Amino acid sequence: MRSDTRLLRFAPLWGLCVALLSLSGCAPLPSGGVADGPAPTAQARYEWLNRITWGANTATARVVEQQGSARWLQQQLQPQGASLPESAQATVSAMTISQTGLTDLVHTMEKQRKDADALRDDVAKKAAQQAYQQELNRLAREAATRHVLRALYSPAQVQEQMTWFWLNHFNVHLSKHNLRAMLGDYEDSALRPHALGRFRDLLGAVSYHPAMLRYLDNDQNAAGRINENFARELMELHTLGVDAGYTQKDVQELARVLTGLGVNMNSGNPNLRKELNLFYVRKGIFEFNPQRHDTGPKALLGQAITGEGLAEIEQALDLLARHPATARFVSRKLATFWLSDTPPQALVDRMAATWRATDGQIARVLETLFTAPEFTNARPTKFKDPMRYVLSSVRLAYDDKAVLNVGPVLNWINRMGQPLYGRQTPDGYPLVASAWDSAGQLTTRFEIAKAIGSGSAGLFKSDGPQSTEKAAFPQLANALYYQAIQSGLSSATRAALDQANSPQEWNTFLLAAPESMRR
Amino acid sequence: MQRRHFLHTALHTGAAAALGLPGVQLHAATGPATGAPRFLMVFLRGGMDAASLLPPVSSSFYYEVRPDIAIAKPDADLTSALPLTADWGLHPALRDTLYPLYQQGELAFVPYSGTDNLSRSHFETQDSIELGQQNHSSTAYGSGFLNRLAKQLQGRPAVTSPAPMAFTDQLPIALQGELRVPNTSLRNLTKPSVDTRQSRIIAAMYQGTALEGTVQSGFAVREQVMREMSAEMDAASRGAITAKGFELEARRIARLMREQYALGFVDVGGWDTHVAQGGATGYLASRLDELGQGLAAFSQEMGSAWRNTVVVVMSEFGRTFRQNGNRGTDHGHGSVMWVLGRAVRGKQVVGEQVQMTAATLFQNRDYAVLNEYRSVLGGIFKRQWGLSDSQLSTVFPGFKGARDWGLV
Repeated sequence: MRSDTRLLRFAPLWGLCVALLSLSGCAPLPSGGVADGPAPTAQARYEWLNRITWGANTATARVVEQQGSARWLQQQLQPQGASLPESAQATVSAMTISQTGLTDLVHTMEKQRKDADALRDDVAKKAAQQAYQQELNRLAREAATRHVLRALYSPAQVQEQMTWFWLNHFNVHLSKHNLRAMLGDYEDSALRPHALGRFRDLLGAVSYHPAMLRYLDNDQNAAGRINENFARELMELHTLGVDAGYTQKDVQELARVLTGLGVNMNSGNPNLRKELNLFYVRKGIFEFNPQRHDTGPKALLGQAITGEGLAEIEQALDLLARHPATARFVSRKLATFWLSDTPPQALVDRMAATWRATDGQIARVLETLFTAPEFTNARPTKFKDPMRYVLSSVRLAYDDKAVLNVGPVLNWINRMGQPLYGRQTPDGYPLVASAWDSAGQLTTRFEIAKAIGSGSAGLFKSDGPQSTEKAAFPQLANALYYQAIQSGLSSATRAALDQANSPQEWNTFLLAAPESMRR
Repeated sequence: MQRRHFLHTALHTGAAAALGLPGVQLHAATGPATGAPRFLMVFLRGGMDAASLLPPVSSSFYYEVRPDIAIAKPDADLTSALPLTADWGLHPALRDTLYPLYQQGELAFVPYSGTDNLSRSHFETQDSIELGQQNHSSTAYGSGFLNRLAKQLQGRPAVTSPAPMAFTDQLPIALQGELRVPNTSLRNLTKPSVDTRQSRIIAAMYQGTALEGTVQSGFAVREQVMREMSAEMDAASRGAITAKGFELEARRIARLMREQYALGFVDVGGWDTHVAQGGATGYLASRLDELGQGLAAFSQEMGSAWRNTVVVVMSEFGRTFRQNGNRGTDHGHGSVMWVLGRAVRGKQVVGEQVQMTAATLFQNRDYAVLNEYRSVLGGIFKRQWGLSDSQLSTVFPGFKGARDWGLV
């Protein structure tokens, strides 16, 4: 009986769909079939997919249809060999950051900096220093371009979102020192491989990465010259959360634990006292220097730190990663990112329980979230941040037709105040609506909606001196719209769409609609 | 933005009528009264060299350690410092713009000012200033002191409750927080691509949603800015406005602050002078000239509202007192705050000071910070809005007592 009712409800839509578009394009979105799938209407499936990817589009809906949502979700949680479309992959492969490792890149840039500084002539020196800065900017731009191409087109959509999530959680800022030369590696070796893995592994990779050590000044933290910056943020922002009950004394003790962990840009190792050689660790430009390490006894969160050398830091990271406060804090933040500014406490508690039961396996914690009724039955109320607004709009507008130039995408995100690697403070960008739904922000969004809705906006313009722009026109009035989006629109939005004078304007209104701001 | 402010805006611009918004009644409402206090913060990002702006002309040490970039003691030469006090001169690039304001008593300086943040990192120090919270304690990120100030001043009569506005591309940390603050950069204005008809249709989609008022005020602000722009273009076509760069931006800010917004923020970059910064002429002199043009233009454009306006110009830190090997300067500590306005008790260099010698250098390197920026700002806010100590401690948490230098 229920299915009959559903058929009746959708009958007019199907008629329209068949009349306007090919039948295959109108095939229903996949049925979940199991308890962890979305509720069985096209609209609900679209909303579920819109919440689990950077933005629902026809191509992804088709893959879910072929595989079944349960199997597709499992693949999202254990992605293997996700490949980009050929043109996007070619762009990524040609990048300096794809071809040169962190150590070589940093050494090359360091040499360029020193050579520039050594110039005697002021004019020549200024020019050389500008060239150095420009090269750093170019490297950061490569990292951002790669990030956006993957976000738009990688089949591993959950992994890509988690890479952004961790990039934000373990925030670094591009303008410090030579961090721009490190961003690509930070993302690719510390974050993305562990994005769905064990939190402890992720925490270790981040805490030993030169980008983080430099951003939070731990490269300045040495015995007798304590710098608390990294220690404080490690507890407050990365693991326990600010209200977890640790004390200023704990911050100081952790800072002492972290002494000696830093960056060495020179090619040679430092001269150490003989008995310390055993504890010296060097990997590329990462360094643990026991001569800078405070070897006195320490206690963190009531526990004695008993290791020696780097083992002390490992012990502290173990303690922080496995602390129940960390499970609660990060679970809440995950639920806030994926679902709601005010996630249900019961759901957060279940995620934290999974966290503790699996030693912080992030994929399992996300599985608890994605399959929860609070998630599958939720209405689209989560306000999109600028990154998601732009990515979801471009994914919807152009589906799997890969753009040739992500420059406009980066500019739109910049205009809305959420550039990649552009958050100065270590807390990362806010995840809640109040940061992004201001008056100026919304008028900017409408301008961007028009840019995307009206034409190709430079997305299909090749780089270089003889750049050519391929004509491209978004097709938002497609099967996905008639089948799954239209039924979720308010009468006010539909009335606005009816007033459109052209397909371009129709696209603009759809992308500017309140429903397009939320997922 | 508060709904009330939107109504003010709407009345002034007719934006509500243009948008055909049915629910908006135009009551008799106005922007801030002419006599209402206005405050603009001009943030110089990059660490401005205080010793070039305000050369300590009585210090022989200054001339000793800056052989290539010091500003000469005041004399008849046009490239020498302008006389302020026995100890201080002013950079000659400000001769025609700000020096007259100083002499009229509308400009004062607070040297040896800044923050106790010692990182000498641009971004960390800028953030800590904008956050206005105590260093070395748990920070509430995303809660800036100007937002907390605006919140404190809410609920006063509509004409004195200052509508805040950031004249920047992104909402600066100083204005982030509980209160909704609009932001629009006036640097490079382009005509919006969404036209009036489209705006009306889009606004209609938001009717009845939680964002209805926000969308309406967004369009109204935009409309108002565009209206100001067209006035500017009319003037330009008659040859009245030749302003460029920061001067143009400052004039636009003044027009909006005169009519609508009583609490503003703008930033000006380009002060990180590690190499070849120049002395009486050169790179830094050009930047100071441009800034001076802008501030002088702002004071003119404010008209009668200048009487109740205070502009504070500051940078995250000053620079090393000695010049470096590149005829530039590196990141330092103490800086200088500029305080402008007709209500300002100018023509003075105030605050705690010491004689500038090698012995009084902070860490053998920089100007010391003897006047914490929150103490100086707190004193100004107290005078401007009559804030109590407990209200000030909300604006600047963990901060005990403003030092009132009688600047306003």
